[in-house]
Parts: sequence; structure tokens; C-alpha cells
Amino acid sequence: MKQEIIEKLPYSKPFLFVDELISINENGVIGTFTFKDDLEFYKGHFKEKPITPGVILTEVMAQIGLVCLGIYLLNNQLSQNNSIALTSTNIDFLKPVLPNEKVVVISEKIYFRFGKLKCKVIMKNENEEVVCRGEIAGICV
Amino acid sequence: MNKEETITKLKEIIKPYINNVEAFENLTEATDFIVDLNINSANLIDIMLDLEDAFVIDIENQDMEKMLDVKAALEIIEIKLANK
Repeated sequence: MKQEIIEKLPYSKPFLFVDELISINENGVIGTFTFKDDLEFYKGHFKEKPITPGVILTEVMAQIGLVCLGIYLLNNQLSQNNSIALTSTNIDFLKPVLPNEKVVVISEKIYFRFGKLKCKVIMKNENEEVVCRGEIAGICV
Repeated sequence: MNKEETITKLKEIIKPYINNVEAFENLTEATDFIVDLNINSANLIDIMLDLEDAFVIDIENQDMEKMLDVKAALEIIEIKLANK
């Protein structure tokens, strides 16, 4: 089931940011991703000082916390005919994430109504510290 | 609750999501949420959820599909309140 969801994600390398789903149910999802040090964006963010960009952290939170959960809630009905769109993000970034760090994303459904899914999402590092948190919403059209 | 009170409450709810102040200030029953107020469709869903809380009603998918302007929204709110 969890592997099926990852296979149904509409992303591929270099923009797939989900390694593993630890748990998923109708109220939320927990998943992981490891930022390998050969990821392309580290070459430029920043020059000589690689730190994971906030937009990428947001993307990781959205792919695990919103899209994986959305596919589950849609009962795997996400097909070629419909597409998904991010509609809002409100994230606080608390700590930097460096190359080779593994993060855990924990997402809790706030609501899934009229095709819109909104979640409270937090990301933790391997020391169990919260690196970013906030709310993300998207729609299936 | 009379119609004016309902409109006042509706205006309070939609205010955070509007992108056309002039159209909002001159709001009439013919005002279209998306076309006139430039509310995006994702926020229209937030409005529906806020309406549910404010009026203590349940809005179904088919209701939402119809609630594209002020007139339709008022009608549906009125029916829901009457059936409570």
C-alpha cells in the first residue's frame, strides 16, 4: 500500500522527494527523505556552502504530507485525467538542513473537503529537532 | 436572521479572500465571487468552510457548485437555515 502510493506520485528524479512512508491513514502520514549530497541544487545554494533551500524543504513537506496523503484519501483514484496543484503554504523554518541529513515529515489532516486538502506539517531531523513547521494546502482538479 | 444580517455576515467571511476592493465595497446580489471579487477557487473552499461554521450548516458538493455568486449563496444559506 505505502509503496503503491509512492509509485503513484506524479514526480520523478530529480524532483521526487519521498523515500519511504512509515505510516499512513485517513488522518495523516509520516514519511522520510534523505538529502544526498550530490543533489544538484547544493552546487548553487549556497556557493561553497551547501544548505538545503527552504523551497525544497517545503516541497518535501508537500510531497509527503499533502500529495501522498491526498492519493491515499482519494483511494488511489489520482489518474492521468486529474492533476494536483499547491494552493497555499505557510511555513516557519527553524533550523538548517545540511547535505546527507535524513528528515521525517509528520503531517496531520486539518480538512479534506471539496477536493481541497489542508494539513499541519512538521519536519524533524535525526536528532528529533523540528526544522520547519506550518500549514500546506492543495487541490485536486 | 433577515437578509441584511445574512449579507453582513457573508461579507465579513469573504473579506479576507477578496482581491478587488472596489467590487467588494459595491457588492450586490449579482456579485460573482470569482469573476468580480477575484477570489481564487481554493479560497472559495475556505469560504464554504467558514460559512458552515458561522451559520452552523452543512454545505454539500452540489451546493458549493452552485454558490458562485452572492445571490446563490444567500439562497442556499437561507434554505439550510430553514431546514435546521
